[in-house]
Amino acid sequence: MNISWLFKMALRDSRTNKGRLLLFMSSIVLGIGALVAINSFGENLRNQIENEAKELLGADLEVSSRTPINDKVRARFDSLNFETSEEISFASMAYFPKNGGTRLVNVRALESGFPFYGTIETNPVNGADGIANSNKALADQTLMLQFDALPGDSVKIGKVSFDIAARVIKVPGRSAITTTVAPPVFIPFKSMEATGLLQLGSRMNYKIYAKYPDNFDPKKFDTFLKPWLETTDLDFDDVGQRKESIGDAYSNLTGFLNLTAFVALILGCVGVAGSVSIYIKEKVKSVAVLRCLGATGKQAMAIYLIQVVIMGFIGSVIGAALGAGIQFLLPGLFSDFLPVTVGVSLSYSSIIQGILLGVIAALLFALPPLLRIRKVSPLKAIRASFESETTAKSPYFVYFLILIFILSFSWIQLDNLFRAAIFTAGLLIAFGVLAGVAKAIIWLVRRFFPTGSSFVLRQSLSNLYRPNNQTLILIVTIGLGTALIATLLISQELLVDKLKFSSASTDRPNMVLFDIQSNQLDSVEKLVTTSNFPVLGQVPIVTMRLESVKGRSASELRADSTSEVSDGMLNREYRVTYRDSLTDAEEIIEGKWNGKHIKGEPIYISMDEGFAERMDVTVGDELVFNVQGALMKTTLGSLRKIDFQRVTTNFLVLFPEGVLENAPKFHVILTRFKNPDESAALQSKVVAAYPNISIIDLELVLNTVDEVLGKVSFVIQFMAFFSIFTGIIVLLGSVLLSKYQRIQESVLLRTLGAQRHHIIRINLLEYLILGSLAALTGIFIALIAGWLLAWLSFDTVLTPNLLLLLIMYLAITGLTILIGLSNSRDVLRKPPLEILRRE
Amino acid sequence: MPQNSILQVSNLTKTYKSGESSLTVLRNVSFEVNRGASCAIVGPSGSGKTTLLGLCAGLDNPSEGSVMLNGIVLDKLSEDEKAKVRNQHVGFIFQNFNLLPTLTALENVMIPLELQNRSHPRKRAMELLEKVGLGDRVKHYPAQLSGGEQQRVSIARAFANEPAILFADEPTGNLDGETGATIESLILELNKTAGTTLIMVTHDLDLAKRTDRVITMKNGKVYTDSLRPLQTQ
Ligand SMILES: Nc1ncnc2c1ncn2[C@@H]1O[C@H](COP(=O)(O)OP(=O)(O)OP(=O)(O)O)[C@@H](O)[C@H]1O
Ligand SMILES: [Mg+2]
Repeated sequence: MNISWLFKMALRDSRTNKGRLLLFMSSIVLGIGALVAINSFGENLRNQIENEAKELLGADLEVSSRTPINDKVRARFDSLNFETSEEISFASMAYFPKNGGTRLVNVRALESGFPFYGTIETNPVNGADGIANSNKALADQTLMLQFDALPGDSVKIGKVSFDIAARVIKVPGRSAITTTVAPPVFIPFKSMEATGLLQLGSRMNYKIYAKYPDNFDPKKFDTFLKPWLETTDLDFDDVGQRKESIGDAYSNLTGFLNLTAFVALILGCVGVAGSVSIYIKEKVKSVAVLRCLGATGKQAMAIYLIQVVIMGFIGSVIGAALGAGIQFLLPGLFSDFLPVTVGVSLSYSSIIQGILLGVIAALLFALPPLLRIRKVSPLKAIRASFESETTAKSPYFVYFLILIFILSFSWIQLDNLFRAAIFTAGLLIAFGVLAGVAKAIIWLVRRFFPTGSSFVLRQSLSNLYRPNNQTLILIVTIGLGTALIATLLISQELLVDKLKFSSASTDRPNMVLFDIQSNQLDSVEKLVTTSNFPVLGQVPIVTMRLESVKGRSASELRADSTSEVSDGMLNREYRVTYRDSLTDAEEIIEGKWNGKHIKGEPIYISMDEGFAERMDVTVGDELVFNVQGALMKTTLGSLRKIDFQRVTTNFLVLFPEGVLENAPKFHVILTRFKNPDESAALQSKVVAAYPNISIIDLELVLNTVDEVLGKVSFVIQFMAFFSIFTGIIVLLGSVLLSKYQRIQESVLLRTLGAQRHHIIRINLLEYLILGSLAALTGIFIALIAGWLLAWLSFDTVLTPNLLLLLIMYLAITGLTILIGLSNSRDVLRKPPLEILRRE
Repeated sequence: MPQNSILQVSNLTKTYKSGESSLTVLRNVSFEVNRGASCAIVGPSGSGKTTLLGLCAGLDNPSEGSVMLNGIVLDKLSEDEKAKVRNQHVGFIFQNFNLLPTLTALENVMIPLELQNRSHPRKRAMELLEKVGLGDRVKHYPAQLSGGEQQRVSIARAFANEPAILFADEPTGNLDGETGATIESLILELNKTAGTTLIMVTHDLDLAKRTDRVITMKNGKVYTDSLRPLQTQ
């Protein structure tokens, strides 16, 4: 074949079609742009994590435990000449005497040395120097802002008042979001004792940070230190592991973001398919003539294929350039979520990948209409309305390739074949439903055509089904765009709703006092009631550990790599309560709950269903708990479904009455305040009298959650933007492309004497029907998707925001009409002849 | 005399099926056309002239019968092989010109030459356009040309590959009488100088009179077939 001739023809033919080809390629620009931006960002992030790996951990090795760390570990580290620094961290109230403010903070009592790599960034600078050997504290900057505290003011933790040396801006390995949730206060390790908090049963987290000596080969960690640590019940992390786990977390993030970008690309590609199919329809006559002149079907197809590939390439290159620009926005957008500061640098591999992906995607989606060219009969040249006798077979092979393409891309991004399959199937079903609706409307309008109705109605209705109609392509592209965007919005709302436990109602507790010792219980209760606060609940809590499950000891299970029970479950400290009845947030779904333990019978406990599943236990299984030294054999008697959104104290493990009454325990009191001033007043009263008691202000937690969610949803909206704009471009493209078909008919109508308002109304009605149907079907699909998401992932019921959906419907229909009408402007302004001659 | 005949149509039948009913458009049509002859096909509308022409040129497949074009039996050829035959041996002139709207006049004429991989297609296309009197309009797009001018471009294109046989379907049907007459003369003149065989469907009896032979179609059959009509009448 003469390839250079094909290229020549492709170029010649594109000269007069530049505008249309430009439109067609523009629909993939945003998708590629987003992909390139995110991939570049992901790569920079990975590099940064690689570079700052040691600073992320702050040490070469970190060992942690919920119980005081055994001296054997220290001895071992000493023998290896490790430099170490210890830390005890826990939740406690910080009290700012200057204005009486209190808040639950993350107290970190640190020895000198940490961080061995990187620094705790402070204002004033170097504020962290020598802090471990002083009696000063460092406090998180937003915490200080909240209480108007300045360096030099004091903060009281437990019984000790510390001068604040500096504000903490950034801690190695922590993102801004984690410090928003639990603002840190650093105090010297040696002052820990004096706070009086160590003995009083708060949940402590013990850590030893170690720095290897210069002559220590980090690989030795894997060969001999790691196996030894695995025999202990300590958690540990070295630089390599930390790097990996952080890297994994963020590659999940970039994978998810990439998928949203991919959705924009697919949407663009559907637009490409639509545009190309309209374009090809116009080219049928030319193809027939070429075939009469002796070009083969393949040659004719190649001419347009070359155009598509070139345009896809140009579109992708523009997209990649745009992506390189968008990339500058991303570090700012994500800075709160990241433990490292990511710079902006061009990633050539991302750019090449993006361009390749764009060309392949555009080509794949353009293939079905392109393949039809091969079958164009030369007879069409002498017979204008000749319909080919054998309708060309659908190119199932290409559809299959497209499916494989979508599946494999989403698989790479999600790293999970099942989810990728669901994503692909979802797209496929949405596509099928929309195509079905389009076909159905064509059939219905034909079947029940209102022959007696007005001229305008008849014209616009017949526009829906006559040859060269755009019903299918517009409904599919607009509908798919609507569905994607609405699904994004709905799932965002689901996420927000899920996290918003309803503390708004007036009888629910919104403040929790915990870590109350048994001997403090009565007086704290009195303090609460005399301050005119209601005691809405009082719950005893016993801490225990798991000793064995179904006859196998916890250490045995930990060592068994085939066991599916996570180490976290085996190591954790269980906070258990006992009572004789269920709360209204609980429901027994399996087994029987008996509120009182009967002497001589096994102790029947109850567990959260999901937790039991993860632990791989069912009703009747035996579990042995270690209740602060005493072993207690229990039988799983029932499984509960807990509505975690309802009450604030929920327990995964529940004991009946009559077992734990004499065990060492502490208590939780639930109360409710009416305004922030009340809350602050009670908090400072309690903290002043009982420094060991921690208080959670649920309103504050909610605000924090809102703040975090606000940032999350901003990111989601940012990503949705690409889909929305691609949708608009596709809409613009397919309507404008059809202009060339429409104009002739409108001009003909004008020539036959149709008035301006006739043409406007015909177009208005047609696009109203198309836009409405597409938007409604899209929203319907999104509702189904949202309902499935709510049911499967969020375990809630979908309560869609109807107003939002209505606005969406109106916006999309309006936009369709607007763009559609702008099409007939030419017809209305210019004399018919000028347009007739142009064709 | 197979050497002398360029087109041999034997027992050609074409039936269109649409659902239950079927419509036979051509019934048992047979004729032969000699090399270098010019032949007009006339007949009332719907009598099957275009259908016959399409079958002769290998644009469509007959229901029965066969067509031999320049010694090549078309029936057994694949679509691609037929395309090759058209490119090498056949030229077309259409009623509605059928120029490619996105290509200039010159480029339209160049296509058959380029498809054949001929050298200097531009030069030859220029010559042809000059012959049809459009030497100064080569860079214009079809939309910028009048109907008569477009048809002249299409004539130049039809002769570009020096076809052995030229098919024309009502080449003057869309033109006014005077322009039609010039186009007719142009076709016949080029036909004569190039020694091409011409098969032309027309409603114009004056034009038909200027050809060597007139085949009259009626209801899908050859009604009359008269050589040198001027002499027989
Ligand atoms: N694809 C088709 N399916 C069914 N019938 C067809 C098809 N193509 C042509 N016909 C019918 O075949 C008959 C002959 O058509 P054809 O175009 O050959 O006539 P014609 O002699 O060229 O007429 P005209 O002078 O009007 O151009 C007509 O009755 C036409 O309706
Ligand atoms: Mg005809």
